[in-house]
Amino acid sequence: MKANFLWPALICAAFGAAADTQDFRPVSGYAFMEPATRDLQDDDFLNPAMFLVEAGTGLWDQPWLTGGATCRSCHQDIVADMRGVAARYPQIDAASGRLVNLEMKINTEIQSKSGGVPLTEGAQDLLALSALIGFQSRGMPMAVAVTPDTQPWIDKGEQIFQTRRGQLNLSCANCHEDHWGEKLRGDTISQGHINDFPIYRLAWGEVGSRQRMFTWCMESVRSEPFAYGSDAFLALEIYLAVRGTGLLVETPGVRR
Amino acid sequence: MTVAKWQFFMVLAAAACVLTSAEGEVVLGPLTQIAGNPDRGLAILRDATKPSCLICHQIPSLPDPGQGQLGPSLEGVAGRYSAEELRQRIIDARVFQSDTIMPPYYSTKGLLQVGRRWLGQTIYQAQDVEDVVAFLMTLKD
Repeated sequence: MKANFLWPALICAAFGAAADTQDFRPVSGYAFMEPATRDLQDDDFLNPAMFLVEAGTGLWDQPWLTGGATCRSCHQDIVADMRGVAARYPQIDAASGRLVNLEMKINTEIQSKSGGVPLTEGAQDLLALSALIGFQSRGMPMAVAVTPDTQPWIDKGEQIFQTRRGQLNLSCANCHEDHWGEKLRGDTISQGHINDFPIYRLAWGEVGSRQRMFTWCMESVRSEPFAYGSDAFLALEIYLAVRGTGLLVETPGVRR
Repeated sequence: MTVAKWQFFMVLAAAACVLTSAEGEVVLGPLTQIAGNPDRGLAILRDATKPSCLICHQIPSLPDPGQGQLGPSLEGVAGRYSAEELRQRIIDARVFQSDTIMPPYYSTKGLLQVGRRWLGQTIYQAQDVEDVVAFLMTLKD
């Protein structure tokens, strides 16, 4: 994000919109970060998640089974072939007819094309590949398709977003729709968008996925989190992606 | 009796009538025999490691940094509400407003998908509620 001069205007727009909930305009979580955190994201040499993009580039030429295919066997030019791909996930997978997010798609490819073992949630290689692919969409608008096939998932995700849960009896919407822009302790509540993942999160001291963030949020309201890769998390992920349609992909982002 | 207090009793009376189906937990008196300790109440109220008052509310006379903005200021709150009213709001503010954002601190009524670690437990213990009420009652204008 080099257009730093735009952010003061966007933040003003954000606070104007908070007063008028009828007119929901998505604002990236970037706008609610401290300046030092934004600076970390903006400088590719300081951004602590950029090493994963490098690592992902190395993995592109690695066979997932001895003598097997590599990512490059099918996708020779990372920049050209992966451009805009991450901005379209989650999507219905043509082969299986199932809704998949980017990590699930990466694993399907590793298994089916390369004969490899699927990577587990949180594995550095999986984060590296999703960071590398996400990076090729940086600056492009989020563009998940709303179709008759995805609409039921999006509806289910919205219902999850609106449902109060946990010992604190809070829904995602209670904070990220009704009170964004306001202070919770010293932090400004964001709109809860996902246009920046995987992110380096200062609170974790490492990089994490969208679903790791969902898990963290659910545990914060003292709720039992859904399982990684579950239909519930997939539904929430596609709903949030659609809710943030038009936001520019910032992968790899840096958050507090 | 002030207008605010009349409103409180009317709301409480209405809530008490539908106790079995009410969304919130209605409690009329102190939860324990031990009088609230305001010093301990202050410690609970500002504890940044727990879901405590200052995450969402402000008390500008306290030096604590990063006080929240989601709820109303608690400065001078004892001048606006009685101990009974404050206790009820902490125990379960849904009695006053069913869609309140304030978590129920001493009720497990109607909670969904509570984490295994917290299942069947309330955010505060009974004495915590009394101690926080005792501190809030020191916040006179």
